[in-house]
This record gives sequence, structure tokens and C-alpha cells, in this order.
Amino acid sequence: MSFEIKNKFKIIKNLKIKLKKIKIKIKTKISDKMACPYCPEMDGGKILIIDKVRKVNEKEETRTRNEKAADMMIGKWVKCDQCKEIIYKEDLHRNLSVCPNCGKHFRLSARRRIKQIADEGTFEEIGQDILTQDPLNFEGYLKKVQSLKEKIKTDEAVKCGICEIEGNRAVLAVMDGNFLMGSMGEAVGERITVAIEKAIEEKLPFVIFCVSGGARMQEGIVSLMQMAKTSAAVQKLNEAGLLYITVLTDPTTGGVTASFASLGDIILAEPKALIGFAGPRVIEQTIRQKLPEGFQSSEFLLEHGFIDKIVERKDMKSTIAKLIELHVN
Amino acid sequence: MNKVTAWDRVMLARKSERPKAQEYINEIFDDFIELHGDRNFGDDKAIIGGIATLDGMPVTVIGEQKGRNAKENIERNFGMPNPEGYRKALRLMKQAEKFNRPVITFIDTPGAYPGMGAEERGQGEAIARSIMEMSSLKVPIICIVIGEGSSGGALAIGVGDKVVMLENAIYSILSPEGFASILYKDSSKAKEAAENMKLTAKDLKELNIIDDIIKEPEGGAQEDFEKVAKDVKKYLLKNIKKLKGMKKEELLQKRYEKIRNFGK
Repeated sequence: MSFEIKNKFKIIKNLKIKLKKIKIKIKTKISDKMACPYCPEMDGGKILIIDKVRKVNEKEETRTRNEKAADMMIGKWVKCDQCKEIIYKEDLHRNLSVCPNCGKHFRLSARRRIKQIADEGTFEEIGQDILTQDPLNFEGYLKKVQSLKEKIKTDEAVKCGICEIEGNRAVLAVMDGNFLMGSMGEAVGERITVAIEKAIEEKLPFVIFCVSGGARMQEGIVSLMQMAKTSAAVQKLNEAGLLYITVLTDPTTGGVTASFASLGDIILAEPKALIGFAGPRVIEQTIRQKLPEGFQSSEFLLEHGFIDKIVERKDMKSTIAKLIELHVN
Repeated sequence: MNKVTAWDRVMLARKSERPKAQEYINEIFDDFIELHGDRNFGDDKAIIGGIATLDGMPVTVIGEQKGRNAKENIERNFGMPNPEGYRKALRLMKQAEKFNRPVITFIDTPGAYPGMGAEERGQGEAIARSIMEMSSLKVPIICIVIGEGSSGGALAIGVGDKVVMLENAIYSILSPEGFASILYKDSSKAKEAAENMKLTAKDLKELNIIDDIIKEPEGGAQEDFEKVAKDVKKYLLKNIKKLKGMKKEELLQKRYEKIRNFGK
């Protein structure tokens, strides 16, 4: 008897190990094998085994589910809002944040964009000590900026620096849509202007990736004046005979469109980006009708003669590098 | 004057009886010849421009023109320019540069027109180019905000050596209604927004965005238009003389420094 009991425990133990490996699917298999080959005549033994199996099984199941939930919670998956495909984030990032299924270009943080464009280890930031001002003393503004800074670990809506792009030295500015929709306030205008001045000083081409909802409302009229400041700086760049490339990404609107973004010697855009002065909702309210599909898209702007070329993300770095090379005397 | 709130000034600035660009032009200058068209697409009636003389001196005048009644407003698109308006303005400024004429602009707009055609014809590009070219135009530029100066639509003809506002004019990033609906999620809080936006002449002077304020009679410019126009003329004469006496390089350097320091 004691031997039999020992044997049963052994069987249960083996089953446990097996179950851990194959998790849930085993359930049906086990119930098919309800009659244990080692003890077919013993009813009690059979029940004992099934009980144990169930318990083990339930445990496994809940654990698996939790793991998945945890994965979801820390955001390892994203849904492409164009083709509705669920994509594993790592795969998306490996694919330059372009949907592997439908080619939709996801929005990029400045950090990720710089990684894609600048040669590894060459980016030296400039203007990082220029920080957000609060000229209107607008209630809660600086607090909001502070919490955003901690949350997304970015200190303003643009990052500028000197870098190499396939070995070509250039000043690169990259806006960040995660920071108050890439809106342009005093700090953004100043950083861009300082970057342009650096380009003039070092006789380098200037490349800017735009993403912006427009001027920063919380800084009022001071934001508006950044349009003048940046545009005047671009004119200095023109006078110095230096190449200026702007890349319009989704979305580029408002005061940024109505200043430096539209002033490039060469204006590139990513596919299907929203680009315009007035936002689609404002236009719809004005004309009291719905806008046609694709209105204000990169393709629309190309057709109407406002951009030079639509470039996919995978070709962006080499295209910019090529353009810079063509402008080296 | 009694305590005038920012919202009172918004109302004053938008008043239909308030003198418009055309009236200032007629009152201050002689021999105004209006010139039309952007040579690309059409003629935008929301912006008027041409050549005139100021005490005998040829100048180029550009103004955003609102209507005084519904009919005029429809004709003038409520003073909301399309891209061809800004391109016409820029064409006239370039013409002024060629013939060494000072440029005077009158700003009075609720903003650039947010319509489909405007987008198709590159509203953003038109504004951007105008701003950029004004920053380096080789003749003196004086900009006067006479009513409502709203957003990029105002700035597009608002970059100059001297930017001045009438006492009851406003100049802002967008309308108080728009500001309230974006930041307070409630457009009915426009009054509150107006107080916080710093859009009055006094606020802008303190922020170093504008250079001077031209006084208005109590109740607004329409109460004694002749006097206001006379003061504007006096201001123009005094400053153009000063600016004309400067070397080109010095003029441009000063203008750039002024723009460069916005927000500092």
C-alpha cells in the first residue's frame, strides 16, 4: 500500500512538471487519459490524479493570464490606428516606428528621431540650458511643464545639436510632439534660433524635423513673436548661403507652418502627414462642411506645389545625407 | 479715463464704427494710388496696398481692411486675408525696396482666413515668407495696429523697425474666444481669457513686443478720428525721418536685434 501511494505521488509530481511546460492545452489531453495507465482499477487514485491536475492547471492558467495583462499594462503592444493591426512594440521600433503591416509612420520622440538620423555617438546637444518661460504668469503652466518633464524625460518641444549624418557634419533640430504637442514657445524659438546661429558660425547646413500643433498658447503673444524670431534667423542662414532642409512630419500646423517650416531650400515630408496652417477642425467650422479625404496630407501638399519630396522613413537619413553632399563645394 | 478692462478694449477694437485702414490712409496720406494683385492668383480685397505721399514723400502703404457693415465685410472677407493678399503685400514691399520707399502697414484682422482655398494656395507659406522678407527689407518699415491684431495673420505684415499700437487696439496670439476654448475648454470664458492673455497695448509695451502707444480719446478712436489720425501722422513723420537717416546696415542690424530679443 505504501508503495502504491508513493508511486501515485510520483505520477502526480511528473504530471505537475509536464503541465508546467505545456500549460493550458494539456487539459483536454489529461481528461482523455482519465484512466491512469498505472492504476486503472483504482477509482480513488483516478479521482486524486484528476483533482491534482485541475488544481495545477488552474494555477498555470491564471499565471499566464496575469503575465499577459502585465505585458499589456507596461505597454508592450500598440494598435496601428490605420490598419488596426496589433503590433509588438519592439518590432515596431525595430522597423523605425513604421507599421510593418501598412506602412503607417508613427510619431517619434525627438530622442528616437535623433537616433535614426544622426550617426551613432555624434550628436552633441546645444541650447539645452534654454528652458521654458512663463511670460503671462499663466496659472498652472510651469507646473504642467514640470510634471511633463518628469513623465516623458524631455525638457522642451525641440532638441538641437551638431551631429554627423552619414559622415556629413550638420546642425540638426528635432521637434518633439510628446511635449505639449510640439508647440512653439519662447524656449523652442530660442533653441531653434541658437541652433541656426551655430550653423552660421560653423558654416554648416541646418536640418529641422518639424512636428507641431503651432504656437504655444500658454505663452501668448510671446509665442507669436517666435515666428518672427525664427524666420528672421532663417533669413540670416540664406544670406550666409547655407543649406536649409525642413522635414515636415505628422502633424505640422499653425505658427510653425507659418514660419520656419515653410522656408526650407528643400522641404521634405513623411508620407501621409497632416500639414497645414489652420487645423482641419477650424476649417470645417468656418466652411461648415466636412473636408475631403486626404486634405492637408503630404500628398496633397506635394500636388499643390508646397513640398519638394515625400520620403519614407527608411530612406530619410540617406536622402538628407545625399542632399547635403550635393551642396558641399 | 475710467478703468478700462482688457475685454472693454477687445470690444472697442472690434467696433464696427472704429476707423479702418482705408480711412487712415485717406486721412494721413495724399495721392494714394491703390495697386492690385499678387501676379500669381488674384487680388485679395482683405488687404489694400499702394503708393502714396506722406507730406510729399513717396511711401508704400499696406493695410488689412475690414468692412464697416455686413455688405462691406463680405466684400473684404471680414478683414481675413488669403495667401494672395499676403503675396500682394510682399510684392508691394519688394517694389518699395527697389524704389527706396519706406513701408507703412496698418494691422486690423481677426486672423488669416482658415478656408480650403487658403490651404490649397499655401497660407502658411505666404505668411512665413512675408515675415522672413520683412525682417530683412532694406527700407524703413513702420507697423501700426489700429484695431484687432490676431495671430500670424497680423504678424505677416507686422515685422518692422517700429511696431506701434493705438491705445485701444489689441494684439494677440488668437482671439480671446479661441484662447478660452483651447485652454479653458469653454469659449464663453473669453472675458476671463482677455484679462490673462496680455493683449492690450500697455501689456505689449511692457513685454517689449511693441515700441510705442498712440493715445486715443475716451471712448475710442472713432470719437475724434481727426486727432488720432493727426497723431499717427506725427508719429510716422518723426520716426521715418529718424529711420531714413540711418545707414541700411545699421537699420537692418537694429531691426534684427529687436526681433532677436522677443521674449527675453
